[in-house]
Amino acid sequence: MGNLLSIVTFLPLVAAIVLAVFLRGNDEAAQRNAKWLALVATAVTFLISLFILAEFDPANTGFQYVEERDWILNLKYKVGVDGISVLFVLLTTFIMPLVIACSWDVSKRVKEYMIAFLALETLMIGVFVSLDLVLFYLFFEASLIPMFLIIGIWGGANRIYASFKFFLYTFFGSVLMLVAMVAMYTDAGTTDIPTLLNHTFASETLNLFGFQIIGGMQTLMFIAFFASFAVKMPMWPVHTWLPDAHVQAPTAGSVVLAAILLKMGGYGFLRFSLPMFPVGAEILTPVVFWMSAIAIVYTSLVALVQEDMKKLIAYSSVAHMGYVTMGIFAANQQGIDGAIFQMLSHGFISGALFLCVGVIYDRMHTREIDAYGGLVNRMPKYALVFMLFTMANVGLPGTSGFIGEFLVLMGIFQENTWVAAVAASGVIFSAAYALWLYRRVVMGALIKESLKAITDMSTRERAIFAPLIIMTLLLGVYPSLITDIIGPSVSALIDNYDTALAAVSHETVGQVAQH
Amino acid sequence: MQADLAILLPEILLSLFALAALLGAVYTGKDKVASALVWVTSAVMLLLAAWIGLGDATTQIAFDGTFINDGFARFSKVVILISAAIVLIMSQEYMKRRDILRFEYPILVSLSAVGMMVMVSAGDLISLYMGLELQSLALYVVASLRRDSAKSTEAGMKYFVLGALSSGLLLYGASLTYGFSGTTSFSGIIQAVQGEHLSLGVLFGLVFIVSGLAFKVSAVPFHMWTPDVYEGSPTPVTAFFATAPKMAAMGLFARVMHDAFGGAVGDWQQVIAFLAVLSMFLGSIAAIGQSNIKRLMAYSSIAHMGYALMGLASGTVLGVESMLVYMAIYVTMNVGTFAFILSMERNGTPVTDIKSLSNLSSYAPGRAFSLLVLMFSLAGVPPMLGFFGKLYVLRAAYEGGLAWLAVAGVIASVIGAYYYLRIVFFMYFGEETEELDTPRNPILSGLLVASAVVMIAAVLLNMFGIDSAAAAAAASLVN
Repeated sequence: MGNLLSIVTFLPLVAAIVLAVFLRGNDEAAQRNAKWLALVATAVTFLISLFILAEFDPANTGFQYVEERDWILNLKYKVGVDGISVLFVLLTTFIMPLVIACSWDVSKRVKEYMIAFLALETLMIGVFVSLDLVLFYLFFEASLIPMFLIIGIWGGANRIYASFKFFLYTFFGSVLMLVAMVAMYTDAGTTDIPTLLNHTFASETLNLFGFQIIGGMQTLMFIAFFASFAVKMPMWPVHTWLPDAHVQAPTAGSVVLAAILLKMGGYGFLRFSLPMFPVGAEILTPVVFWMSAIAIVYTSLVALVQEDMKKLIAYSSVAHMGYVTMGIFAANQQGIDGAIFQMLSHGFISGALFLCVGVIYDRMHTREIDAYGGLVNRMPKYALVFMLFTMANVGLPGTSGFIGEFLVLMGIFQENTWVAAVAASGVIFSAAYALWLYRRVVMGALIKESLKAITDMSTRERAIFAPLIIMTLLLGVYPSLITDIIGPSVSALIDNYDTALAAVSHETVGQVAQH
Repeated sequence: MQADLAILLPEILLSLFALAALLGAVYTGKDKVASALVWVTSAVMLLLAAWIGLGDATTQIAFDGTFINDGFARFSKVVILISAAIVLIMSQEYMKRRDILRFEYPILVSLSAVGMMVMVSAGDLISLYMGLELQSLALYVVASLRRDSAKSTEAGMKYFVLGALSSGLLLYGASLTYGFSGTTSFSGIIQAVQGEHLSLGVLFGLVFIVSGLAFKVSAVPFHMWTPDVYEGSPTPVTAFFATAPKMAAMGLFARVMHDAFGGAVGDWQQVIAFLAVLSMFLGSIAAIGQSNIKRLMAYSSIAHMGYALMGLASGTVLGVESMLVYMAIYVTMNVGTFAFILSMERNGTPVTDIKSLSNLSSYAPGRAFSLLVLMFSLAGVPPMLGFFGKLYVLRAAYEGGLAWLAVAGVIASVIGAYYYLRIVFFMYFGEETEELDTPRNPILSGLLVASAVVMIAAVLLNMFGIDSAAAAAAASLVN
């Protein structure tokens, strides 16, 4: 099984090609075949990906399952996973079958829909396993194409605007990263990520157009990468594409976006920004801290006044991603462990919340909070599930949401008490908007005529939620499941980071201290 | 003498073929034999391309350096001949159905191909001008091939007047260069202008020559003719303009800059970087407002020339290499896109409004997907081949010390992405409208699909070796 990672990565794409080439017609049977093929392909991918975990050795902080082949332009096709990336691969393969299952009622261009999601899965896994800079960029950028189509074709009323905004915003973020990658290649002479992780980029102060750039190349490269990942995360103030994209995307699109695509930004920070440009990261850490703190408070407040359920959850995602960036740049064990934990748990929770919205949207075809109320009377099972994930979103102890937030806050507290204090207030705000949303949608008397005939969740819907519920609770009570796997890699990352910082000349450190 | 002529054999053969075809067609059926002549001409061009491409790989110099046949020239010639041949094949059915397939068309195209081959092999200001004019004069005529259409004749006229102006600029520059360096041969000029900086006279000459060449590659601010000529000319002719002549002009550009002014990179680097940045931005921004797909492709080609010039501006071997790879990719993408545009018809009449593509994906999914691949490739989105072209020139620019140009280039590419996305938007998200005809000509659909396949397959199959061929070609030019 020397090429296990490639199999996992490309299996969905193979299924997509099979669909595209061999499935003809658009009748009932063809649609059913497309759905089943997609479901089977994603489920098999998930099962195979479990083998990665089975043989994965957490104590080994290097890359495992490495596979290397020659590719074009002296680049390498090189894939591998370490403790940081392996769980993201599993998150992706875990979420995708659920995403396909929740799209069972799609009737518009079913074949193309499934092809888009299958291709997207390959590209997302590719991002997490790439060990070559250009290969990473290729997957990172290419994932825009299927998502653009998913929002644009199967989206809501204002889908055109949202899809263009999504594409151009994220594209703009990434092209600067491309220039930085070219600079890295010129400097280090390779695009191999493991080699680059051990390469020290120049950090002498540069004079650019009369500006003193402390940290030199590292700072500039950090900023270029930051532009890309911050848009993807998304961080305040470049988050505005996300609510639009979420609101207009079909339910499955929102789930993928929230559960996986956003994590690419966080993963990028961990893979590139922190270990490759330690000086740049150190210099800009205060900025990132405050951007994250503002994001948490500001977007939580914005979430309070939303009238569209999806928009509310989208803003809550931005707030939760604020914890992630904060934890990553705290650059200590708790902070980074917490950030990764938060990303994974947010993958389950926000995915589930978008699914919750999808359940009632499928029935009522509106996402307006005002259109609902008193659902508990007709949909007790739904009320229970929604309650669970609302609480998990708030960070109730016992759910995975709590562990992530707690670890991050602990990590950040050691670095910057003020930021920790501001960020902790976000916990209260998130309780406010999430509980208020829950009260308005689920509680109260069922007075709206239109809701009188609403039905509770079907077996299929319950089956989709079951794995998510299990994961949320399991990780909430037994977090070592994740921290055992990521721990050694994270501590190696932090060691390297600290060593790199200690190695740079005192001059630079002195300058940083002055500012 | 004999040895010199042997080096020019491909050019001579193609010219002889063109003249023989002219005589033959006039004495026999005239326009009736045009169809057959198109096929024969493209076959001849493809044979010549194979011969040049697979033949002797050494550098040969004929007529005391007037004509240079090196790896660089051969690479360019192969691209020129193949693209010209393919465009001819694409045009045949389209022109025949509209009754504009004259027997002069393939002959003029082959004569302009001869001009282009001379251009990329030029080793002297005289042969440069000779090749350039042979190419241009043939192109002026084919632009106004549809004599009864006001737009087509306007296109030809505009092209001619502005082309004459640019030739004037170029000649003025050439005469200044000759006056101050005392020679017309590139090898002589490069020796005469050695040193830190050019003398003022040669510098003036250089700038005028660059202006003339910039006109031919339609770089901003010498691009004004491009949208009108693209729009007015018959579509097959537009397809031709967008491919082979661009490659030839870029080849000539690199040839002059490196062979004649290679010792003074610092002097022309800024000029070309300036042209590049203007072209990229104007091409990207002006295309946004276009609703005619031919005009849109005109601005798109302006932007693409900007990227190719970015590679050239770096003034290094890698720069020339990246330019060649970029041009080869660009030509392939344009062949596919124009194959699609040629097949855009509604009830038998050609349409060029991009709104007519609305909803294409639901009744012609294969064609829509192929065009989607090409559009994303043109926009430079990975994993398509177009991205690797961009990556190549970015690397060349960055390593050539032009980091600001690389940053400007990627920002322009984001702006440019918008209008390529708009085409995708119409095809995939558009309202239902009256459908376009199913293409009658399987060749066009075939070429469309083939070039889309190349955009993805080349990424998996080592770019079909284009990059190593380009590297060898660039090494033979820059030394």
